Amino acid sequence: MALRFEVLGRFNRARAAQLTLPHFACQTPLFMPVGTQGTIKGLTTDQLEEIGCQIILGNTYHLALRPTSELIDELGGLHKFMNWPRALLTDSGGFQMVSLLHLADITEKGVTFQNRIGADIIMALDDVVRTTITGPRIEEAMYRTLRWVDRCIAAHKRPHEQNLFGIVQGGLDPVLRDICVRGLVDRNLPGYAIGGLAGGEDKDSFWRVVAQCTAALPEDKPRYVMGVGYPLDIVVCSALGADMYDCVYPTRTARFGTALVPEGVLKLKHNAMVNDTRPIDPTCACMVCKNYTRAYIHCLVTKDAMGSQLLSYHNLYYMLQFPKGDVPEWVCNAMDVAGIDISSCCSS
Amino acid sequence: MKFAVKALSSGKARAGVVHLGSCPSSIETPCLLLSTRKGLPIFISPDLLSSLPSPDSNLLQFSPLHLEGASSTLVSSGREVSKRCVNIGQEARWGDTTPNFDSSEGPSPKTISSIGGLHQMVGLHEYGFAAVARDSIQCLPECGSTNKTGASFETPCGRRLIKPVEYMEMITSMKPNLWATLADEVPAWANNKRNKTSVDRTVKWLDECIARSPAGGAVFGSIVGGSNIEERKRCAQEVAVRNVSGYWIGGFGLGESMEERPSLLNAVTDNLPKDWPRMICGLGLPEEVLQGVAAGVDLFDSAYIYHLTIGGFALTFPLDRTEKIDYNYQLSDQGSDRTKINLRATVYRKDATPIVEDCCCYTCQNHTKAYINHLLNVHEMLAQILLEIHNTHHYLGFFRSIREAIKEGCFEQFQKKFVQSRREHLAADVVSV
Repeated sequence: MALRFEVLGRFNRARAAQLTLPHFACQTPLFMPVGTQGTIKGLTTDQLEEIGCQIILGNTYHLALRPTSELIDELGGLHKFMNWPRALLTDSGGFQMVSLLHLADITEKGVTFQNRIGADIIMALDDVVRTTITGPRIEEAMYRTLRWVDRCIAAHKRPHEQNLFGIVQGGLDPVLRDICVRGLVDRNLPGYAIGGLAGGEDKDSFWRVVAQCTAALPEDKPRYVMGVGYPLDIVVCSALGADMYDCVYPTRTARFGTALVPEGVLKLKHNAMVNDTRPIDPTCACMVCKNYTRAYIHCLVTKDAMGSQLLSYHNLYYMLQFPKGDVPEWVCNAMDVAGIDISSCCSS
Repeated sequence: MKFAVKALSSGKARAGVVHLGSCPSSIETPCLLLSTRKGLPIFISPDLLSSLPSPDSNLLQFSPLHLEGASSTLVSSGREVSKRCVNIGQEARWGDTTPNFDSSEGPSPKTISSIGGLHQMVGLHEYGFAAVARDSIQCLPECGSTNKTGASFETPCGRRLIKPVEYMEMITSMKPNLWATLADEVPAWANNKRNKTSVDRTVKWLDECIARSPAGGAVFGSIVGGSNIEERKRCAQEVAVRNVSGYWIGGFGLGESMEERPSLLNAVTDNLPKDWPRMICGLGLPEEVLQGVAAGVDLFDSAYIYHLTIGGFALTFPLDRTEKIDYNYQLSDQGSDRTKINLRATVYRKDATPIVEDCCCYTCQNHTKAYINHLLNVHEMLAQILLEIHNTHHYLGFFRSIREAIKEGCFEQFQKKFVQSRREHLAADVVSV
């Protein structure tokens, strides 16, 4: 165990906590931008620090390919390689590696690569199945995930510097999810992720799985909902007691010219933006909204690297700043009607 | 705008000071204009710009043509036909009238005016902008299509003809600190007749531009003349008697040789009053800049940094003027010619040192060659951002050493030594291979 998790405030199931990792003391709930290849596309580490990024997610498969985990290790680990002073999380690389390596090797190799890369949090290899699938495959994947966790634990060479998180699988089946949660909790891991979601299931099923898992997972350990996501989903999951999130959406959508705003999204590429002299979001305090008009960003997006950069900056600022409490009023109202209490996330 | 010459060296090279209204400090010349695309650097985002040395880095080049389509009328409910440039990849289509089409055209001059001009639009209030139609990276003069009504340029949106009226409309809405009049630039191989026409046309457009000159903003009269000494002289003399605040020397970097350039430059500068600043486009490489300085040019717009950056190169040539030439320099087979390194080379995969030891740019203070090598290999945008920062920083350092040499009265030696040391390294490379 290489972390400390201390709940500082609660409202019903939602909690605000301090997650102290080897490289950084984080405040949860938090959003983790995805820096697949050892960089967030178009942003420097300075800028990421400035907009409040606490943990960056790295992709083990891609890094193992280029520049290789051995090279990263030789140069002192990923933190040093990319000069990121705060926390890192790497995924197991399993999903992408399945097609290349023999199944029996992946489990341990994934952990070995992650040990070399040196992230604060590393993910156990899980057998991921889409929630849209039905049948015995889901049960098979869930039990396999539990067996693999044991192998990951055995292969983990740096338990005092890196935290191995287990991932709860089981599709949309509450019985399977329950078995998986209990199995993982038995292994007494530093933290737990809720996997297999954010893949196309309907929202009503999605939140129920999250609710069930957060109810069953230990109170005093962090809970990470993988692949989430849309701002509204983060709000809902936080209300239900989750603490950590990751998604490519904010940065990817920026590169296609779409900005995240309280009302939803703003497509800067659209003709209507040509002469619109308003900022992207008048309520946003980021450098982009304080200095640039929609008209100017419009002429940059999809044509110039600068367009991607500025929009990525704004979108990440939006994601990183809002879970702390800038929840728009309309969302609070909607949650009211839906019967979900999120007042702990709303600014007081 | 205020300009004053402070020191001279070797006759013509001058160190001066230019003061622009928007910049808090004066800028020393000879100085480098940073290349921009639509007013912002190509890769360095505005919040990272401040990491570059100031006030050296406060002067930015800008081409109004970057905001393509700015002078077209808008389509309203698809009925009006407008001349609008719609960019699809690298192709251009004219006359598209689909109302809700996704486009990337620039804001109209009216919009830019309502925003408050260029400085306001790009959020760089304490920077100086020099507007010139030609931009050696993206807006290249296309003399074949230029005619008596306007100058033609190859732009990312296709070929564009700009009339003086349209050009001035853009200048008026953008309010740059200084701007060059519209010029008809021809390449070095243009025939005499075409060349002469270009001089006549450029002077005529100069008068038309001045007639529409907005209040505020310094006019730089454009001088052309190709590779004909007489025409260069004639044009310079014509422009010298016009009511302008400085001179923009066009037509260079379009095919003339290193050998013929000095006399062409001198043909221009010898016929210009000494007290007004001279700006030039198209002299990118260090040796070319030195030629410009030797002829008495003060402001330089260079595409060198851009080309280095997108090629994955980082400048490493020594800036320390007291450094002795290393005669025992061994050529290694790394991607280096001692003036720059190619960070894609595999030899840098594990190199945990900065690009240049002791360089205090953001890139060298924070990152290693190994990391940039990785970024280049995986095609990550951050590579270009970091390289543009370093290369700009380094080239600004080069301009600083030029100014120091002039102030110390030894510019000619500086130029000779610099050119020689680079030739020697190239010669050494040849011998050892």
